[in-house]
Amino acid sequence: MNLHLPDFAPVLPELTVMLMACAILVIDLFLPQERRHITYGLTQFTLLGGVALILVLATPDPRITFGGSYVADPLSDLLKSAVLLISAVVFLYARPYLQARELYKGEFYVLGLFGVLGMMVMISAHSLLTLYLGLELLALSLYALVAFNRDASAASESAMKYFVLGSIASGMLLYGMSLLYGITGSLNLTGVAAGIVAGLTSPDLNLALVFALAFVVVGIGFKLGAVPFHMWIPDVYHGAPTPVALFISAAPKIAGFAIAIRLLVDGLAPLQESWSGMLLVLAVLSLAIGNVVAIAQTNIKRMFAYSTIAHIGFVVMGLMVGNEQGYAAGMFYVLVYALMSAGGFGMIMLLSRKGFEADNLEDFKGLNDRSPWFAFVMLLLMFSMAGIPPTVGFYAKLAVLQSVIQADLIWLALFAVILSVIGAFYYLRVVKFMYFDKPVDDAPLTGSGDFNVVLSLNGLAMIALGLFPGVLMSLTAAVR
Amino acid sequence: MTVEEILFYAMSTVLVGAAVAVITVRNPVHAALALVLAFFATAFHWVMLEAEFLGILLVLVYVGAVMVLFLFVVMMLDINVARMREGFARFLPVGLVVAVGMMGLMAMVVGAGVFRIPGPERAAADHSNTAALGHLLYTEYVYPFEIAAVILLVAIIAAIVLTLRRRPGTLHLDPGRQARVRRNERVRMVKMHSEKQ
Repeated sequence: MNLHLPDFAPVLPELTVMLMACAILVIDLFLPQERRHITYGLTQFTLLGGVALILVLATPDPRITFGGSYVADPLSDLLKSAVLLISAVVFLYARPYLQARELYKGEFYVLGLFGVLGMMVMISAHSLLTLYLGLELLALSLYALVAFNRDASAASESAMKYFVLGSIASGMLLYGMSLLYGITGSLNLTGVAAGIVAGLTSPDLNLALVFALAFVVVGIGFKLGAVPFHMWIPDVYHGAPTPVALFISAAPKIAGFAIAIRLLVDGLAPLQESWSGMLLVLAVLSLAIGNVVAIAQTNIKRMFAYSTIAHIGFVVMGLMVGNEQGYAAGMFYVLVYALMSAGGFGMIMLLSRKGFEADNLEDFKGLNDRSPWFAFVMLLLMFSMAGIPPTVGFYAKLAVLQSVIQADLIWLALFAVILSVIGAFYYLRVVKFMYFDKPVDDAPLTGSGDFNVVLSLNGLAMIALGLFPGVLMSLTAAVR
Repeated sequence: MTVEEILFYAMSTVLVGAAVAVITVRNPVHAALALVLAFFATAFHWVMLEAEFLGILLVLVYVGAVMVLFLFVVMMLDINVARMREGFARFLPVGLVVAVGMMGLMAMVVGAGVFRIPGPERAAADHSNTAALGHLLYTEYVYPFEIAAVILLVAIIAAIVLTLRRRPGTLHLDPGRQARVRRNERVRMVKMHSEKQ
């Protein structure tokens, strides 16, 4: 029997994260509560070490290993680094919140790391099977994290909702994948694409392929949170502990974008005409519902949830265009979005303290009187989310709109601009609260040194990337 | 009709009947038992498809372990059946329309001609599909296999995180401490003067 080992070098980042997660799980068992910071430190070390490994191992050529289940290419290198870095920021923001609420436990970090591993697997998937398993790994970790504060009934309720809806969506995706496998005879994404090209010649197969595609798009739409598969987002953001809502809102959207690219662009490229139409509907509905419903929210976590839906509308619009320019614009948008979302939730955590969740819009009233600097940071974040120059949010929207206009969809670009202007209202309302209203609560802001520094950097990144958008834009254009 | 076809249709009827029984019978214990029957019928289909290993596994793991556990849970928990079935009749028409519509659509689109993979050759009598599965799982599909293992680990961690509660003050024995105990910790020598009469 000849046994040849697969090439292990490309999967080293995943292996490291997995082994470290297992090691942290065991080490944490033997740590007393007052030395929990060791768990935290090891987690951050793992995430940053993963980024370093990815950068060291990066090569311009795609490397496929493990019998075609795994691919490492510039796209996966960029998105995986982004996921790891954003997750490191998320864990940093989460720490003071968890410490104040007796949620500072090792399992938070272990489950978080396994979620990160799931995202890395999704981003590097080159077969339907790996993609699905990565998705489930992420989803399972997230369900548990949402219910992490098990004494809060809102958290358990939203976890249950998320679990049931998520399972249905996974089932849909799996059903679409099994049809694709049946039709093309391959699990490998290259093989699927080849099988589709061969199958497109006969009309009855064409119909079956579009049928399978519809299930796949439903699955992706749910994971990204595009309308009409968005119902879980507001409830989960609202019910989950704020650090978990932050975790869900940031990095998994990057992973969701990655599976959309892998499945639709790498695997189902021959069906591009069909999925463009489906994505167009998702994009239009997401923009409309996200921006309009957000206006009615008084809870800032729910407002961020609808704002996420609106942002996802832009990301899907970039995908929908179906050319390299559109994918690059979508990727730029999703990376910028993850950064903005991290900062926004970071601000909520800065204002909240033991026994007090600053999750109402009212809680931001008069922030300028309490801390001019953090009011300014929030102003930058809000401007960026609204897409006001010179912040980076403007360039993200501009790049997507440019690609849409070049695809001769002027009406769609106009529609997106009008709804963004409507959406700007609720971002600017927060700014108005901060600068022109009297504070309702005068408690000093909590926040340790590293928290404040990173949050400030996060806010400043909005303007820095806005002044030099070319840095990130050239990166996203290069990998696509 | 060949014997195989007769068997196929007979077992399929049992399967569909059992599956319908799972969601219609009133008693949850009966529903669990009907599910066991459905698993048996499915295992039979797998054996007929020459996937003996999967068929045996289904019976051993699902019937032998999962369903037994399930029965325990059903019997131990006080489930209010009437409340669980509330709205069943109300939502039935909508559910039926969706289900029949989906089924019709699927039957129309996913006909027999769609799946182009040729059926596998009939394997020889001494072919071991356990060995074949093992070989594939540890070579070509080792990466997905390992991820599946990680998913199970996460499931264990999640279950423990969500249910384990440390109660202070509960009485429990630590065998290690019991074994390490020294004589002087338990026995106290007391010197007493003998009493004089």
